[in-house]
Amino acid sequence: MTTKLFGEPVQRREDPRLLTGNGRYLDDLGREALAAAFVRSPHAHARVRDIDVTAALDVEGLVAVYTWEDLPERVGRALPLLIPHPALTHGRTAYPLARDVVRHVGEPVVMVVAADRYAAEDACALIEVDYEPLKPVVGLEEAVQGAQLVHEDVPGNVGAHLVQEVAAADGRGAREAIETAPHTLAFRLDIERSASMPLEGRGVYARWDGRDLRVYSSTQTSTSVRMAVAAALGLPLPQVEVIAPDVGGGFGVKIVHPWPEEVLVPWAAMTLGREVKWTEDRREHFISSAHERGQVQYVRVGFDDDGRVLGLDVTILHDHGAYTPYGIIVPIVTSTQLLGPYKPGSYRVEFTAVYTNTVQVTPYRGAGRPQGVFCMERTMDKIARYLGKDRTQVREANFIRPEEFPYDQKMTFQDGRPLIYDSGNYPEMLRMIKELIGWDSFEAGPGRGIGIGCYVEGTGVGPYEGGHVQITSDGRVHVSTGLTSQGQGHETAFAQIAATELGVPIERVSVVTGDTRRFGYAVGTFASRAAVVSGNAIALACRKVREKALRIAADALEANPADLEIADGVVHVAGTPSAAVPLSTVAVLANPLRYAFDEETAKATQFAGAAAPDRPPVAEGEEPGLEGRDYYSPIRSTFAAGMHAAIVETDPDTAEIKVVRYAVVHDCGRLINPMIVEGQIHGGVAQGIGGALYERMVYDQHGQLVNASFMDFLMPYATEIPHVETGHLETPSPLNPLGVKGAGEAGVIPVSAVIASALEDAEGIEVNRMPISPSELFELRAARMG
Amino acid sequence: MEHEITLIVNGVPRRTGVPARRLLSDCLRHDLGLTGTHVGCEHGVCGCCTVLLDGRPVRSCLTFAVTVDGAEITTVEGLADADGGLSAVQRAFAECHGLQCGFCTPGFLCTVTALLRENPAPTEDEVIDGISGNLCRCTGYQNIVKAVHRAAELLAEEA
Repeated sequence: MTTKLFGEPVQRREDPRLLTGNGRYLDDLGREALAAAFVRSPHAHARVRDIDVTAALDVEGLVAVYTWEDLPERVGRALPLLIPHPALTHGRTAYPLARDVVRHVGEPVVMVVAADRYAAEDACALIEVDYEPLKPVVGLEEAVQGAQLVHEDVPGNVGAHLVQEVAAADGRGAREAIETAPHTLAFRLDIERSASMPLEGRGVYARWDGRDLRVYSSTQTSTSVRMAVAAALGLPLPQVEVIAPDVGGGFGVKIVHPWPEEVLVPWAAMTLGREVKWTEDRREHFISSAHERGQVQYVRVGFDDDGRVLGLDVTILHDHGAYTPYGIIVPIVTSTQLLGPYKPGSYRVEFTAVYTNTVQVTPYRGAGRPQGVFCMERTMDKIARYLGKDRTQVREANFIRPEEFPYDQKMTFQDGRPLIYDSGNYPEMLRMIKELIGWDSFEAGPGRGIGIGCYVEGTGVGPYEGGHVQITSDGRVHVSTGLTSQGQGHETAFAQIAATELGVPIERVSVVTGDTRRFGYAVGTFASRAAVVSGNAIALACRKVREKALRIAADALEANPADLEIADGVVHVAGTPSAAVPLSTVAVLANPLRYAFDEETAKATQFAGAAAPDRPPVAEGEEPGLEGRDYYSPIRSTFAAGMHAAIVETDPDTAEIKVVRYAVVHDCGRLINPMIVEGQIHGGVAQGIGGALYERMVYDQHGQLVNASFMDFLMPYATEIPHVETGHLETPSPLNPLGVKGAGEAGVIPVSAVIASALEDAEGIEVNRMPISPSELFELRAARMG
Repeated sequence: MEHEITLIVNGVPRRTGVPARRLLSDCLRHDLGLTGTHVGCEHGVCGCCTVLLDGRPVRSCLTFAVTVDGAEITTVEGLADADGGLSAVQRAFAECHGLQCGFCTPGFLCTVTALLRENPAPTEDEVIDGISGNLCRCTGYQNIVKAVHRAAELLAEEA
């Protein structure tokens, strides 16, 4: 069938506009808008004593200057704590503009609105803020000492503390199991901060017409921004619309909302009666958005002679930065997803999330998983080294077996639901990755090593997404869903689903995402959930529309709906292609008209003779129009998995590290578009290599981020990224109608673990921290030599 | 104080007044309305703002508009044929899935257009070297490298 597009590498429908400069990103909109800029704190921790704006008032083009004291009560409130959790006993969020105290370099203190950004920044430079510097808290271990406090009312800087424990079958806890295990190991791991770092920063543009507010934001969730903005500004929800235009990458940072600017820019637009726009610059993104990853982990493990883990005890210190708007999702994900494809005999995990005077920590692609996987995979490698076994053998000894699905890890996942894996085949995946990289034939030598890393990723979390599908009288199919897109190719993948479900050519399908005017109920794009949750919602909505189309067509063709099929946009009686009616006509028949505007619609008017005079034109229980809406609300997450392997070479003199081969086997259930899935994996691996070898946020003792530019925060170029070889395994999810699992974050998750594994193999040293630079490798070599 | 300048942008003379400190990127985007050129770092590292200045790729965020008075500038909007048909480089990027969010893409397209003019049949190393001044956070570069080779093929076929 020509319209069977699900599973095909269809070229992307968003590309023509993005290739010709016709994309519309946030800063491409609102050419006439006033520009906002911010005075941001140069101190990591300080009391704001006084703000003197006098010198700025003469700047040509200045329109307004606002401090916290200028904000109405509702607008000036602390930003919402988006995901409360009972263990987050001391959640704290920032004010839109600093109120009395600043807690990290980059916190906004004054907002300036001017004719253009040049003038706004001129004014910012002339505003004098008198700060009383306070002692900053920098670094996890300093923070947990609690000698200095980030928030006066948060003792010990501890925002949250959570223990989860899964006892062994005999009821013994992990600590007890470790005590009596034949072998034990204990070690510490350090993982540095990194950040999403999309090439387009954040941005907000707002228009107020005296009654309705329209906000454009470079966000991963337009529906939630809408609710947050309506609440902050005291507007009825129907008077606020939020649109995510083309978004230049998100990777997690843009799921946070409302950012201070998402409240302040719309408020300024309403207050001034003018369009206002703010576009984040790169330094602002470094110092005032969000980071992730930073953790210290203390691990104890007990195991038997085969390397089977009898007890695993992990204590995590998690750096939350200055605020916790996104709750404790990241350390919860680390704690739970640490388990990967394994089934330790018993498991105890405890995390303490502490405040520091640094940029807040919220999810970045992988969202805590890279840290958890680093921990578990280091554990597996250390066990193998201790026992003198092959590293894949130890992993295999700990795998959940294919016949054990669904497998209950007996923990609570990030969505508050049980951590039950739906499907997977880990031994087969291991066989595939070993074959792809040539594990068994690899010969390690000085400066040449091979490494492996495995992960399981809970994807497609709820609560829900929806889809709306409308077929218009020109035969076109209009699909909308509320979640947003940042480059994942949703316009293509969702069109493939709709085209397949409805039997129409993909050229006739258009998809809109992230526009609350088109679809108001949604959660957002994060947790590798778009294909799973919106994809299934769209499929279900298409099935409703299809059923209605067949019902109407059956009437028109005097046939039984069960005998009809749709191909190339035409409904016909199976086996009798001549008994047919195009969907365009079905759409006309679905909507009885009084007025015609062309030949096609004339067929649905009241004197056209189509309707029976003894029945209402719209039958009871029916609605006009050939359209449908449905939702998909998963009972729990679906669990994708993957295994990566790499070969690295190190320079004997300079300790330069080169990844010479990189292989990925990936299972995200049924593939909608393999080209797009591979692209997601490539990009994830590249970010993972950045995190494994190059990227870190370097704070000095004063809480200054000393590498807040692309010159000093080293993101990989093409010269640093190896060719990625991929293999796919498909174990469909039994949880959703399409059998799909998420794929967006997967690539990044195990990379640090894989590179560490390969470096250990190449160098014969232990790698317990990430990232690792040539100078650090040099020092590790020197330490080994004594 | 504003300076009157004329830029030949995508073959069309455009006259505008700019203060001396106006960046070429801002002039193109905000004064001339050509928003296809993107700004990713404003310190010359990411390459998103790359345009062709008299045929050579430059960072428009590190160029003052007033300094290029009279120059020929090609932006991403000027890469397609006069009748709107995509250039070989643009088609190759679509075919090879060489873009995801699309924000860095205009800079890559301009860079690669110049690269292939200078070296119509680059080796793998020459391709990687040729795009090594542009950051992409989405694709991992693999499909961009593939697209450059494919564009070279298309150009050779169509020559």
